[in-house]
Amino acid sequence: MSAGLIVPPIPSSEITPESIYLKRRQFLSAAAVWPLAAAGVSAAATETGGKLLQYQHAQVGDGGFHTAESKTPLEDVSAYCNFYEFGTDKTDPTKHSYNMTTDPWSLTVKGEVGKPGKLHLEDILQGFQLEERIYRLRCVEAWSMVVPWVGFSLAELLKRFEPTSDARYVAFETLYRPKEMRGTRSYTSTIDWPYREGLRLDEAMHPLSLMAVGLYGKTLPNQNGAPIRLVVPWKYGFKSIKSIVGIRLTRSQPKTSWQGLAPHEYGFYANVNPEVDHPRWSQKSERRLPSGFFDPNRIPTQKFNGYSAQVAQLYQGMDLSKLY
Amino acid sequence: MKPWLRAVVFITALIPFLVLFIQAIGDRLGPDPGEVIMHVTGEWAIRLLVLTLLASPVKAWFGWSGLLLLRRMLGLYTFFYGCIHLLTFAHFYTGWEAVAVISELVERPYIAVGFAAWLAMLPLAITSTKAMQRRLKRRWLVLHRLVYGTAALACLHLLWQARSDIGDALIYSVVLGSLLLWRVHRARKRAVVSC
Repeated sequence: MSAGLIVPPIPSSEITPESIYLKRRQFLSAAAVWPLAAAGVSAAATETGGKLLQYQHAQVGDGGFHTAESKTPLEDVSAYCNFYEFGTDKTDPTKHSYNMTTDPWSLTVKGEVGKPGKLHLEDILQGFQLEERIYRLRCVEAWSMVVPWVGFSLAELLKRFEPTSDARYVAFETLYRPKEMRGTRSYTSTIDWPYREGLRLDEAMHPLSLMAVGLYGKTLPNQNGAPIRLVVPWKYGFKSIKSIVGIRLTRSQPKTSWQGLAPHEYGFYANVNPEVDHPRWSQKSERRLPSGFFDPNRIPTQKFNGYSAQVAQLYQGMDLSKLY
Repeated sequence: MKPWLRAVVFITALIPFLVLFIQAIGDRLGPDPGEVIMHVTGEWAIRLLVLTLLASPVKAWFGWSGLLLLRRMLGLYTFFYGCIHLLTFAHFYTGWEAVAVISELVERPYIAVGFAAWLAMLPLAITSTKAMQRRLKRRWLVLHRLVYGTAALACLHLLWQARSDIGDALIYSVVLGSLLLWRVHRARKRAVVSC
């Protein structure tokens, strides 16, 4: 396909043992809910993503690009996801996202930019120097992971489209294709699709803000936001919008999906902050996954998810208990 | 009630717990076992509550009193799954820290409502024996109407915890709501008859 994307010479099904894990886990989770039906359940999962990528390793140092904490295994990262377009259970995205078409794919960049335009999947994978960054990911639901992403800085992408001096915010939009996304067809869902997120321009231009195209050295599985997603490691996971088709630079603060749904629960900034409590979950600690039955692996949550040294200056003078 | 049927129901209702338990000790519940156990035990508690509350209407509609004879067991199983649900919360979500448990109950109304639903079941479980039934006589019947409170609070808990898709919560609420309405209707009819 492209220089950045190498198709392995033998079928990926033969070289990726994680698919076996994946199916095993699905089978077991189905068994947990419907023990009587377990014997008759067949695993319908089709593995997606998983094509080898060429990349460099991120700089180890003060930049925050590389944490030495132990990584959450791929079979967990790819089996435990929030991607409500496919359902609200953690296992729904893995079960139901396999027929989302991710190639061809195009990402439109417009709004307050000098050169609005479109990026196709080939441009994305070929046009940027990919690097691996190992980030902590903290979900607002009080669980966390450590994930080795492969991608490039969002700043690099935005610069190509030349943001104007009027651009102050960046709005993102996820693919909305009801035919392939069963969660969006739910009559009882209260989300106004497509899913939307946003950042302030200086947050978006911060070197830690990553456009990820892969994890564990291979292209993203669909359930993790293939083919391209945002990763903002100092914010709660819902800010890291998946399967992006649209980016718009704006003058005023864009509306985000969760803000629209429950403004008292989800703020625009959504910086990880143990001092600001959420009405549903205490944010003082988190379960670092994989969590176990005998040892839930609860650890204290750090302000800005441990990225204070890199990002705290973005919020100087702001009352973070009000602008949460 | 045939003893074998009672035994079959007893074992069937225990199976979800056994499956969870075997998977949990074998570390086969995925990366976040707390979430799975929470979800599964909560859902079984509510399913068993539906069955418990179906006993009377099934007798009235179909004349079959089987569920009525199993009602004590079904009610106690509802309480059993409710207990594990609560223990899961304490273990995985608060790490058994008293301060954390209390602050969660005070600050998060949907958790407080769930706890109240469990609390309302506590006296019912304690007085579920035949001896207690005899001792409390007519008051036993009045006391056990608390189960309607549990049903209402459980629905509220379920609807409140839903973040964006209220599908499942809505189905259970409609079912439990209908079962409660049926009782209101029955009480009215009886009142009319006795006049």
